[in-house]
Amino acid sequence: MKTLATETLKTPMTTDFDPQDRGGPAQPLLVVNNLKKHFPVRGGFFAREKKFVHAVDGVSFAVAKGKTLGIVGESGCGKSTTARLIARLMAPDSGSMVFDGDGVAEYGGMALKEYRRNLQMVFQDSFASLNPRMTIVDTIAYGPQVHGMEAEKAMTEARELLSRVGLEPDQFASRYPHELSGGQRQRVNIARALAFHPRMVILDEAVAALDKSVQAQVLNLLQELKAENQLTYIFISHDLHVVHYISDEVMVMYLGQVVEQGPVEKIYSSAAHPYTRALLSAVPSMDPAHRTQHSPLSGDPPNPINPASGCRFCDRCEFTQDVCKSTTPSLKLVQGESEHVVACHMNDQHSGYTRQGAMR
Amino acid sequence: MNKPLVSLKDLTVQFTGNRKAKALNQVSFELAQGEVLGLLGESGSGKSVTLRTLMRLHPERTTSIGGSIQVAGQDVLGLKGSALDQYRGAVASMVFQEPGLAFDPVYTIGQQMVEAIRAHEGVDVKTAFTRSLQMLERVQIPQARRRLDSYPHELSGGMRQRAMIAMSLVCRPQLLLADEPTTALDATVQIQILLLLRELQKETGMSVIFVTHDIGAAVEVADRIAVMYAGRIVEMGDVAQVVKQAQHPYTQGLLASTVKASDKGKVLMAVPGSPPNLANLPAGCSFAPRCSHATEKCRQDIPQTVLTGDSSLSCWNPVRMWQDVS
Amino acid sequence: MDMNLSLTSSSIAAPTQSRSYWHVVARQLRHEPVAIASAFVLFLIVMAAVFAPWIAPADPFKASMLKRLLPIGSSGFWLGTDELGRDMMTRLMYGGRLSLVMGVVPVFAAFFIGTSIGLFAGYVGGRINMVIMRVLDVFYAFPSVLLAVAISGALGPGMSNSLIALTLVFVPQVVRVAESVTTQVRQLDYIEAARLSGASAFSIIRFHVLGNVLGPVFVYATGLLSVSMILASGLSFLGLGVKPPEPEWGLMLNTLRSAIYSNPWVAALPGALIFITSIAFNLLADGIRSAMDIRR
Repeated sequence: MKTLATETLKTPMTTDFDPQDRGGPAQPLLVVNNLKKHFPVRGGFFAREKKFVHAVDGVSFAVAKGKTLGIVGESGCGKSTTARLIARLMAPDSGSMVFDGDGVAEYGGMALKEYRRNLQMVFQDSFASLNPRMTIVDTIAYGPQVHGMEAEKAMTEARELLSRVGLEPDQFASRYPHELSGGQRQRVNIARALAFHPRMVILDEAVAALDKSVQAQVLNLLQELKAENQLTYIFISHDLHVVHYISDEVMVMYLGQVVEQGPVEKIYSSAAHPYTRALLSAVPSMDPAHRTQHSPLSGDPPNPINPASGCRFCDRCEFTQDVCKSTTPSLKLVQGESEHVVACHMNDQHSGYTRQGAMR
Repeated sequence: MNKPLVSLKDLTVQFTGNRKAKALNQVSFELAQGEVLGLLGESGSGKSVTLRTLMRLHPERTTSIGGSIQVAGQDVLGLKGSALDQYRGAVASMVFQEPGLAFDPVYTIGQQMVEAIRAHEGVDVKTAFTRSLQMLERVQIPQARRRLDSYPHELSGGMRQRAMIAMSLVCRPQLLLADEPTTALDATVQIQILLLLRELQKETGMSVIFVTHDIGAAVEVADRIAVMYAGRIVEMGDVAQVVKQAQHPYTQGLLASTVKASDKGKVLMAVPGSPPNLANLPAGCSFAPRCSHATEKCRQDIPQTVLTGDSSLSCWNPVRMWQDVS
Repeated sequence: MDMNLSLTSSSIAAPTQSRSYWHVVARQLRHEPVAIASAFVLFLIVMAAVFAPWIAPADPFKASMLKRLLPIGSSGFWLGTDELGRDMMTRLMYGGRLSLVMGVVPVFAAFFIGTSIGLFAGYVGGRINMVIMRVLDVFYAFPSVLLAVAISGALGPGMSNSLIALTLVFVPQVVRVAESVTTQVRQLDYIEAARLSGASAFSIIRFHVLGNVLGPVFVYATGLLSVSMILASGLSFLGLGVKPPEPEWGLMLNTLRSAIYSNPWVAALPGALIFITSIAFNLLADGIRSAMDIRR
């Protein structure tokens, strides 16, 4: 679907052969194909029709090695569920995943436990992510021990990791989570994820609950760690500024589907989907002389229960036409571009959408 | 100049219960009729405590309050009993961060709004009901009539927040206290609520104190901004002045660490360290341990607050020096 | 430029004392005067019971019809004598052994059995959980006294049968608490993080779930101690537990019933001890619960 851009980041040039890298630099690290997850809605004993929440409804994407994919969307779009499906915390109803050329949890593919060493996750709630009755060094050391490391070695490494994320081991190692601030706890969560030496880290709203000044510290830390350890990130957030800062590619989700995906600068400068544009213009202005005068969208993001056919955004979209209600648009390349895709009839010449009144 | 609607002088709040903390320290500001003040700060800055003190929401036994608060000519700290009940809702009203928690889940929206109206004014149920309906329509809730008979959990997040705003305005208060009303909402809903607040403020002419940690939200609604840190106001001024020409190192740090498009590819300017422990504040300026401009004087003496018209600055070593007006 | 490192956290002092969880709990217990007082009282009672053969003034079985129902303060019999002339103080001390055992053992047994079942049901969830909980609900639906009496009656009198009966009464209650806490804990992010580490279910339960479940269950179980004492005494009172002439507080209450008009103080003594022990357990449990709140 997409080609890998080979632009260089500010990563240190490494010519060593990385024994973990099986597929080579051109192979995407993670390819996700048509993931679906529907949750049943409890309708009561006498409900005739079974309703489902279409949390994730046919999501496909690929993440290149060493890059950061940002996933944005509002409540109900399915980004957190997608994260949990990728991390295999729950099994998808259908769809497949390929990690560096190996199928995940499939016949002949990678075993789940091995997958767990390659992919880790940092959650939003820094306090709920830590066992309140374990000291933080024990928490960090737990993971490697599960995979067979001896206790002493695991503790030493845990202390080193604490130091690397900016927490002095002598002061912090034997503390409990409630004795740390939010930013410090999130650093512990990052250290715990790194203890596995993973290749990919999913950051599910990892900085959302932090104060802004602390957020910047943690973002800096994440960038440093990414460069040092050749990590690949999937960064999920509702904060568009932060996503812009940290991502190389951005994926926009709405009601369980991907509506747009592409390189970060393209998305932010020339977004093709009306929802993306609305999202971008909903960010509050920082200039008191030019305050926002009109809200781009009205109403709340809907709940994806038994969605109707057709484009899911059509009842809130200002460009909607009949074809939008009847046919679901699929992801297609934006005209004139090679890596930017959008799911919108306005973009598709063969969709039946009439050109009058189109955006541009 | 007209007498200000709200006047806080040297407000000091200390919690003496299970968790001891010095939450507010000599906080002073004034708010004119019809003005919107944005209180900006992070966790532990004291911004929510200020609002709660304005509404007298802290438990009396474990809170020791010093200083004075005047709202619409009343001494708020001295109010008791039914005078206090009348004050809450009719003079000053509050909008909370979590709309789901501020409503009673076992009563409909309509019932709660009618109760609020009838607690303050002696009107009959029908009149109260009509006013509630008008208020709901004013906050642009679609199908307002149906919403009056809905329970809070049947509304989505944005709708609940609108309903809460409606409920807080239904008794026509002169002062609206908004405690992070948009923090828990999605971006597209947040901007709708911010615009709504701006409209309602212009229409009713009420004063608003808007607490937030998001500078963008403050810029959208506020006329003036006061930046708080560790229980003090460190800088206050006109919104354009504070955002574009910040003088206090903390304000500058806060503005710099707010991620912008131009930051891409660079290391972010982060304020090092963490917010201080309110039970154990350092001597001198509370921000000194994290400040790159700090001098010996900063570490020893608490900075004086310099007032210049409507603005104030509390720093020994600000980023830009004021011109001497002496 | 390293702006992230060296967090100058002057805000939180480095810990200087032992950080192990139970040391922390013990330290915090020092701030609970009521709990300490209760523990002391219990200590006295337990010591009196344990060392009864050495410190008791008389033989608990030696009866004397001449000396029956002597009042409190009689010479040689400080707490009086019972309806068969046996020294009350001795009988109360010896009685403590059986009463305490009958109170404590079922709770411990129920704690272990109940926590295991509850952990399993809570972690596994789904249909298996439902089946287990509904089966236990049947037992839970009976008032505990009735259930204890019924099971005890079916098994027959005797101390071991009462122990079994009481254990069976308490297990559903403990399972209920354990299952509920396990279900809550299981949904928290740190359990998901543990699953992400590739750990087996057993390892997760052992390291992450158990520690957080034991706390509330332990508190609930210590609260059961007082109930257990009373139920045990009740069973003996009804003739379903210990048989005469064994001294046991509940049984003594029964046999002293007839003396309640002639010598009410002596007749009330076993009841007073049941009451004191029960309350002491209760207050101690409260204190432990406070101390276990790790955030203080």
